[in-house]
Amino acid sequence: MELLIKNGIVFDPLNGIDGQKMDIAIRDGKVVESVSSGARVIDASNLMVMPGGVDLHSHIAGSKVNAGRLMRPEDHFRDPEAKTPTTRSGVGSTVPSVFTTGYRYAKMGYTTVFEPATPMLKARHTHDELDDIPILDKACFPLFGNDVILLEYLKAGRIEEAAGYVAWMLEAVKGYAIKIVNPGGLEAWNWGGNVLGLDEEVPNFGITPREIVRSLCKISKMLNLPHPIHLHPNNLGRPGNYETTIETMDCVRDLAGEKPVIHLTHVQFEGYGGRDWLSMSSEGVEIANYVNRHGHVSIDLGQLVFGNATTMTADGPFQFQLYQLTGNKWTNSDVEVETSAGVVPYFYKRSNYVNAIQWTVGLELALAVRDPWRVFLTTDHPNAGPFTAYPKVIAWLMSRKARERVLSKIPRMARKRSNLSSLDREYSFSEIAVVTRAGTARSLGLKNKGHLGVGADADVAVYPLNPREVDPSKDYKKVRKAFGNAVWVVKEGQVVVEKGEIKTAPRGKTFWVKPDIEEDVLRLAAANLKAKFREYYTVEFDNFIIPEDALARPQVLKAG
Amino acid sequence: MVVVKNVLCSFCGCVCDDLEVSVEDNKITGVKYACALATEKFLHSQEERNPDPLMRADGGFRKVGLEEALDKAARILAEAKYPLLYGWSNTSCEAIKVGIELTEEVGGVLDNTATVCHGVGLEAIQDVGEPTGTLGKARHRADLIIYWGCNPSQAHIRHTTRYTAFTKGLFRSQRKDRKIVVVDVRKTVTSKTADLFLQIDPGKDYELLSALRMAVRDMEFETEAVAGVPVEKIEELAEMMVSCEFGMLFFGLGLTQSSAKNENIAAAISLVRDLNLKTKFLMLPMRGHYNVTGANKVALWQTGYPFAVDFSHGYPRFNPGETSAADLLVRGEVDAALVVASDPASHMPWAAVKNLANIPVAVVDPTLTATSLLADVRIPAAFNGIEYGGTVYRMDGVALKTRKFVEPPPNCLPDVEVLENILHKVRSLKEVA
Repeated sequence: MELLIKNGIVFDPLNGIDGQKMDIAIRDGKVVESVSSGARVIDASNLMVMPGGVDLHSHIAGSKVNAGRLMRPEDHFRDPEAKTPTTRSGVGSTVPSVFTTGYRYAKMGYTTVFEPATPMLKARHTHDELDDIPILDKACFPLFGNDVILLEYLKAGRIEEAAGYVAWMLEAVKGYAIKIVNPGGLEAWNWGGNVLGLDEEVPNFGITPREIVRSLCKISKMLNLPHPIHLHPNNLGRPGNYETTIETMDCVRDLAGEKPVIHLTHVQFEGYGGRDWLSMSSEGVEIANYVNRHGHVSIDLGQLVFGNATTMTADGPFQFQLYQLTGNKWTNSDVEVETSAGVVPYFYKRSNYVNAIQWTVGLELALAVRDPWRVFLTTDHPNAGPFTAYPKVIAWLMSRKARERVLSKIPRMARKRSNLSSLDREYSFSEIAVVTRAGTARSLGLKNKGHLGVGADADVAVYPLNPREVDPSKDYKKVRKAFGNAVWVVKEGQVVVEKGEIKTAPRGKTFWVKPDIEEDVLRLAAANLKAKFREYYTVEFDNFIIPEDALARPQVLKAG
Repeated sequence: MVVVKNVLCSFCGCVCDDLEVSVEDNKITGVKYACALATEKFLHSQEERNPDPLMRADGGFRKVGLEEALDKAARILAEAKYPLLYGWSNTSCEAIKVGIELTEEVGGVLDNTATVCHGVGLEAIQDVGEPTGTLGKARHRADLIIYWGCNPSQAHIRHTTRYTAFTKGLFRSQRKDRKIVVVDVRKTVTSKTADLFLQIDPGKDYELLSALRMAVRDMEFETEAVAGVPVEKIEELAEMMVSCEFGMLFFGLGLTQSSAKNENIAAAISLVRDLNLKTKFLMLPMRGHYNVTGANKVALWQTGYPFAVDFSHGYPRFNPGETSAADLLVRGEVDAALVVASDPASHMPWAAVKNLANIPVAVVDPTLTATSLLADVRIPAAFNGIEYGGTVYRMDGVALKTRKFVEPPPNCLPDVEVLENILHKVRSLKEVA
């Protein structure tokens, strides 16, 4: 099948295209030089064209997301989606059902979304859900930062064997990158505790979060994984935590390579100054300054959006603390050997000075980090707000006026404790394309995503906006509206959104990574693990492994 | 003879996955490591079984071809205004997914057996959340195990040997490293092995849970006993709870189906939540059928709700009491039913069963159940975990995949295929209309 997206105003930063009028030719799911005269033509005259959006951190599938769904009937009641001839029914709001998740992302022009926290024992559940999310390409990040077997290898100083273990696990559960959440803290949470600093010992294991982060960073490099370690550091959500955040980034500085070796995620939750909630301040600029000076780090925002949210992380102790703080309902879900998780509903109020400061942290980060290739747009969906709020965040990034409107309404104390009002920067369309697709695709090592060069996956979004006429700084409402509802979205060469509605909902791929490791090392790791597997897990070794054919549309990516 | 190893057990919510099954000439000849209940299921799954599609005729049943039976089932659903699609706990998640799509297509109600079982626990979680964890947490860490309103020694037979009292974990190596407590209305096989047994007056669980919350908060009692349990015993248990390193509460139908129902579970959750301010404590329902957890999970991710999902408005709605199977049947609101892998005629209230007998019913089940005897059409199916493989969720939400090791009898398709067939036929009937 051939398709020609004609006369669009194209933003394709990976190929140096910045608002040029051009055609995008598509054949058999790929971007090509040209197509025959029989190709279907989409008239994109005076409309903005970008590669399909790529989200590297959004909780869309798996055990804790489903726990969130179970806890939020009051949330679903507000936002039902009826069945149509082309779509399944569902519910939306902060923890949407799977079909609705796919449709709403697609309508915003997103075509690739990664689920960032999967316990290995429950990876089959994650893949079950990912398979059910229509249209999008996906992947998941397994959680290694508190894995007992890994901690034992590290305690014994056997990093080579630890690397073999991680490689085996990634392949066994069809994962994509190494995720670390509150390193060591979740192991302590098994006894109701936590670990509050990079050098505090993990109970029973005699190692520190610093050693865990450094070792996994080394392992990630040894295995040549396409995406660096993806880290949710210690002390998330606590006043004064920005120091831990900077220390954590700094602890792998000597491991720097050509590309970033550590990705800190939802940094908004990690950029607080002060000693307690009363003295809390925004330190987004401090963190941004560190990022500006050090090329080995990338971050994503976790931008807060006022309104309804459902917080869910593998960080069990943090979620318990949030429950105590709010008195809202609380779910905790621990997974043997590996990790914990928690869910607490939350409502972010503009009138609450803590929430207002949180709002400024994310924007400070986005505006003060100079290199857009190392800062990405997320709301840590649904933690700081649902992914459907991305257009709002884009408007804030592109328009000082849009920010001022909110700034004028937040408590004065919050304004005073943030540098946001002094930041004049306004993102260009090209920079938006970087932080929402080109940069994220590059960070994930997806060579065929995030751009529209010949050979790229034909994932394209056409937005109802003429970037040559609209001044985003003034007309930010038009920008918000356009990014919220693409006119056309093409996925693998198929028109999935037409005139803003879902036209068809094909099944997307699930990426997984085959780490770069010698086969005999991998075999040895498997044999070692098999010998002791029953001591740790309550399932059998053979039943634990997820064969590739258990996934509906797997796509392996060879590391290296 | 072939010996198949690491076989998953498709009986109870424990989903043990270490069974060994011997097969000779497509016949199961032996089962190793399974409990008594599961052994019987495996050994007799190929007998006592009518493999024929049946249709009601002249006050009895006549054998029909599979195609005719599928046509009839599709017609029943396509002609109904408000059908009930019920069951789902004894089949694969793949079949459940098709069931949801089918329910959406016909604008009916999808309900699973949790509705008369642990569904009230799910309602409690909607209200207050739930501190929970996988079974391995109990095995490795728990030094206090409480079984409340359940009798694993007879219902989840390997629960104590695989996950709690009699197992070796990373931080607990033997029986004496753990305290076992049983709370029940009568002495049971499980209570005989317990370190502490509280015999509670029937229907008084809420009172005892509230009293325990008081004791955990060091509040004084002005009475001698609560729910038939002396205050000293309550305080003793509270002390054990507060001073343990890692506690885990397992609860069964004795708690979910005694008078205060979801309020019982909310009280239990609140107690466990309170305990987390002092120590580490988790809880887990003792789910019955091997994939009832999966039925809830799939419904949750596809519709937002775990059971009792109504599609009559075109979008999912959930309001147990209004949209739950027993209530719909008792009030006579549904005008047809498809029952898959379940036997409501044996387990629902009489008034519900009476109305079920008065509406067109199609049944998809490997065995000839009481419900199939009042059905208009009965479609045989293959056994998940024996004759075909599918995804199932253990009681703690760990997903596993069963495998096929014998051929099903002719005419007995996996229910996922039966349902796909029906869905396809319903769509063609609706197009014609």
